[in-house]
Amino acid sequence: MREMNMAEATLEAMIEEMRQDDNVFVLGEDIASQGGIFGQFKGLADLFGKEKVIDTPISETAIMGAGLGAALTGMRPVIDMHYVDFIGVAMDEMCNQIAKIRYMSGGQVKAPLVVRAPDGLINSAAAQHSQNLEAWFVHTPGLKVVTPSNPADAKGLLKAAIRDDDPVLYLENKALFKRKGMVPDGEFIIPIGEAARVRDGKDVTIITYSIMVSKSLEAADILSKQEGIEIEVIDLRTLFPLDKEIIFSSIKKTGHLMIVHEACKIGGLGSEISAMVAEECIEYLDGPIIRLGQMHVPVPFSPIMEKYITPNVNDIVNGVKKMLINSFENIITT
Amino acid sequence: MDQHLKRNLLKTMVRIRLFEEKVEELFLSGVLPGFVHLYIGEEAIASGVCSALKKSDYITSTHRGHGHVLAKGARMDRMMAELYGKKTGYCKGKGGSMHIFDFNLGVLGANGVVGGGFPIAVGAGLSAKLKRTDEVCVCFFGDGSSNRGTFHESLNMAAAWNLPVIYVCENNRYAATTPTHTTTSVNNIADRATGYGIPGVIVDGNNVEEVYSAAKNAIERARNGEGPTLIECKTYRIKGHFVGDPERYRSKDEVKEMKALDPIERYIKGLFDENVCTIEEVEEIYQGIRNEVIIAIKFAEGSPNPEPEDALTDLYVMEEGIYYA
Repeated sequence: MREMNMAEATLEAMIEEMRQDDNVFVLGEDIASQGGIFGQFKGLADLFGKEKVIDTPISETAIMGAGLGAALTGMRPVIDMHYVDFIGVAMDEMCNQIAKIRYMSGGQVKAPLVVRAPDGLINSAAAQHSQNLEAWFVHTPGLKVVTPSNPADAKGLLKAAIRDDDPVLYLENKALFKRKGMVPDGEFIIPIGEAARVRDGKDVTIITYSIMVSKSLEAADILSKQEGIEIEVIDLRTLFPLDKEIIFSSIKKTGHLMIVHEACKIGGLGSEISAMVAEECIEYLDGPIIRLGQMHVPVPFSPIMEKYITPNVNDIVNGVKKMLINSFENIITT
Repeated sequence: MDQHLKRNLLKTMVRIRLFEEKVEELFLSGVLPGFVHLYIGEEAIASGVCSALKKSDYITSTHRGHGHVLAKGARMDRMMAELYGKKTGYCKGKGGSMHIFDFNLGVLGANGVVGGGFPIAVGAGLSAKLKRTDEVCVCFFGDGSSNRGTFHESLNMAAAWNLPVIYVCENNRYAATTPTHTTTSVNNIADRATGYGIPGVIVDGNNVEEVYSAAKNAIERARNGEGPTLIECKTYRIKGHFVGDPERYRSKDEVKEMKALDPIERYIKGLFDENVCTIEEVEEIYQGIRNEVIIAIKFAEGSPNPEPEDALTDLYVMEEGIYYA
């Protein structure tokens, strides 16, 4: 095991995958000379040359479409979108072309490509550089969506995404790039579609991912120490396809479900998970489901307002207490 | 130009024409689902360009794509079956008229989004460069799509990286139902090539040999690593934007006038003048293709419909964990 930050872990994944497959290459803005805006591509061009680590014009539409064209004709491109917000510029390529091309062709072609898209809040980047847009893409058939919460998963998931024969959207929270963690030595893969139980607990299940995993764990420790409530924390890692098995088995154990994400609550992934649980295993719930997510406004610039609209550790702690007070058992007896 | 090639250019154009005339008839009689955009009057472009390509070269096509795909060598029966929505169609009934693919022939898809093919062609060119093959990619597009942002981004990128992509504009004078000159800043789409530092060539898009020669030059340039070319083929869309279009935006006289420039009739006349073929030989070509169309319809009509559950296949290659509802 070695300690490294998430940017370094993704870089290691890139290097390993580019070494083992000549067809893997990267294209995006400011990646070769500058090494990526979060240092996630630092030195990659020195190892593989600017032919394989390509600085593109500021043309998100053409970057994304060219990635698709290259994937159809035998390459395995990794497309860096700079910020997830900029996928908006290339939505046709992402959702009408990349996501649909295999299906529309009756399975004749495949599009093995990865779109890397830094998301989430960081340093008052304001409304157009702070979003979490996973729900848009989970809602689009044809894509797979993954998002790591720590350096080890970042490496293993990126390697899996590059080796996957389908288009994979790899969302990486900007605030996590510098965060350190232990990464196993040698070759390893985190399979797409497998969530992780990152904390065992018997009282409440928290389903979360990306930046909110660490906040949920922090809240779980507080609740354990102060209230004796034991939280089970599930890190989804893959947002589509969801690991339904681990979600349902945890709910069957705890009977209480909270979903926490940084993305807007309304129409967010938490809504999908809530509905899925209500449809498929409502009989195991002992209380109402709670979703925590951003308030339904664009992300404001002011750090004070930014903080206000985003769920924090306290919100999780209070949310759990509230959901236990409101459990069906209590409602019936009072 | 050798006589064999001339006859093949004619055959390809006639193949597209007779296929589409039948498709129009079938659509109007309610046999075909969806909607259909016809290429009638523009056959010289696909035929001229694709005849200058190798099988391993790529094309991206448009919503008006039957001609491109047939000219690249697609089987008429599997195309017809796709238009019928049958299981034996090129896309197993999942694509339809606007999304026909034949990956074995390098067809990277007709595209339902106007201007959707521009960047995909850049990617095919990028692959050729990275893999050091001598393949090229032709991107067919219409006058209307040259006003899309993808046009700008893609031509800049292809030119900046010197990629083997040939941009072939089919200027049929109408962007759907809007006359192009009313919404376009230049008279010639080819003038826009200057903005990307690449050659812009204008040809008579109803003259198949002229198209072929221009394409051949551009393809050679691309193969030699000299980068992209924009070829503008001036043509005219004889039929409406889609089958059933009431065509309120143009006069019947205009259409009649332009019909006189029909690329196929003109070419046949030229071939007679040059003694390349006789009336009997032309009739033989037509008869052969009429038979091909009949066989294609029989194939399509005799083919099974997809099972409803077939809708849940062909989305992902690696399906582990995937669910559909």
